[in-house]
Amino acid sequence: MLDEYEAEELELDDDERELLATLSPEEQKQLTALGESRRDFLGKMSATGTAILAAQMLAHEQAMAFSVGEVSSAETSVAADALTVKMRLNGAEKIVQVEPRVTLLDALREKMDLTGTKKGCDHGQCGACTVIVNGRRVLSCLTLAATCEGQDITTIEGLAKGDQLHAMQAAFIKHDGFQCGYCTPGQICSAVALMSEAKNGEASYVTTNLRSTPRDLKLSDDEIRERMSGNLCRCGAYPNIVAAIREVHTGKSVDEAQAWSFAGEEKKDETV
Amino acid sequence: MRPFSYTRATEANAAAKQVSADKGAKFLAGGTNLLDLMKEGVENPSALVDISRLTLAQIKTTSRGVSIGALGKNSDTANHPLIRKNYPLLTQAILAGASAQLRNMATNGGNLMQRTRCPYFYDVAMPCNKREPGTGCGALEGINRMHAVFGWSEKCVAVYPSDMSIALAALDAVVKVKDASGAERSIAFADFHRLPGDRPEIDNNLRPGELITAIEIPKNNFAGNSYYLKVRDRASYAFALVSVAAALEMNGKKIKTARIAMGGVAHKPWRAFEAEKMLAGKEATEANFKQAAEAEMRNAKPLEHNKFKVELGNRGIVRALQMAMNGGAA
Repeated sequence: MLDEYEAEELELDDDERELLATLSPEEQKQLTALGESRRDFLGKMSATGTAILAAQMLAHEQAMAFSVGEVSSAETSVAADALTVKMRLNGAEKIVQVEPRVTLLDALREKMDLTGTKKGCDHGQCGACTVIVNGRRVLSCLTLAATCEGQDITTIEGLAKGDQLHAMQAAFIKHDGFQCGYCTPGQICSAVALMSEAKNGEASYVTTNLRSTPRDLKLSDDEIRERMSGNLCRCGAYPNIVAAIREVHTGKSVDEAQAWSFAGEEKKDETV
Repeated sequence: MRPFSYTRATEANAAAKQVSADKGAKFLAGGTNLLDLMKEGVENPSALVDISRLTLAQIKTTSRGVSIGALGKNSDTANHPLIRKNYPLLTQAILAGASAQLRNMATNGGNLMQRTRCPYFYDVAMPCNKREPGTGCGALEGINRMHAVFGWSEKCVAVYPSDMSIALAALDAVVKVKDASGAERSIAFADFHRLPGDRPEIDNNLRPGELITAIEIPKNNFAGNSYYLKVRDRASYAFALVSVAAALEMNGKKIKTARIAMGGVAHKPWRAFEAEKMLAGKEATEANFKQAAEAEMRNAKPLEHNKFKVELGNRGIVRALQMAMNGGAA
């Protein structure tokens, strides 16, 4: 419904200009700021009879993160402060136009049709938005898209080769490493990057002998848990996630029966 | 998030000039803390100057020790062979903080610039002298379990959150900074962060527009006997209740020099000078460790909900010293 406004310029006619003049300085500030109370403001605008202007502004803001390049070459109004960012995304060159405050996460999901990367907390605490930039796992919710110029980005959509799943994806399925699945893309991207960190000999807080720097680390389950602590799973699929990662890490099939057990059974075993 | 302008700096002096000329401008490096604060409306810069592409990431040996570039990533710094071999305490402290993803993003200079995670600072509906001077301190008589036991004031009881900085404080690091004119100066680590006093809105002694370029750590003989202990509510990925960076240089059975810094207890990395003095020349026994810890912690002034931090600090110092004696991070 907003599309019809996209091609229109954000220009005011005389009536609208007059209405605008009746706004308090604070409201005018909000208009120029398009700040956090945008919704309130749009509400006020609608109430004062300038619904069209409000809708234009909304369309305008949406267009701020409009992607161009291969996606579309449509003539679209783009924010005056939009930046053109060129990046390598899952192996292909992409160009996107974003307002400075658009995060990589929002650019991926809203404008580049890659909704595999999930928005969990949006504050860098849950890991659901984990993607791989230049081979390193990072949080896309705390990365501004504008800073990604020239970077090589891999999302969950870029891991499989056609119909052939990445080994980590296959292992997550085999070991039932999820329940609702919302954290899974972040878990898998994180785990894939973890494999190369272990190969490079990178340490964690639970690593001993920090002064020597061997490569090709063999990670214990404690190591895997510590290194995956930035990815939360509120369904509690952790034992299965660890099993999936251990299988890919060791290259050996992990006995599925070992991957999980009921707390009661565990206790019984201990007392035997 | 409020709108802001974005520019990518290509030269350090120009970036410093841009930020010093514009009161609303801020440097953007890893962005892991700044962006979060912007989403919360705690920080509202009108301009971000992206310094992440400046060539300030190098880690190299110098005549005095090692120099760590301000824009080196935390993960790269922790895993650099020079750091792991000669300053494993720093490696351990960095790896105790945040998550792998955040350490891949966060820079060394940015780590020093982290702001407190005090919930009253984060919640813009709450009073906070650090966020909005003059509004009062919500934590002073509020929920202050996570707050300071040393050096706080009636204006602010927040603690400084970095782990990396606690190790740097123990290692007597030096912060190298540059201003808009290109002039450089060095700030001893103990003088970099400040106590809240009457101006809790000021976290450190950087002047407006000054850019951290590097952190220098002097040579030391602590590598074989150092340890970073972090005590937290969860096993991983949580801020410290109390943390202790301990480093010992031995002379036979006796302690030649002891360095102890604490996190989670003050508005800045807290050097346990009392404990250090007590240990110099003594044998590394549990009794001596306990005596040193008590000498430090008896000056603590806990708040309503964090009295446990005094005993935790006592035990934390003893445990960290014991771990350091047993080879610690080495």
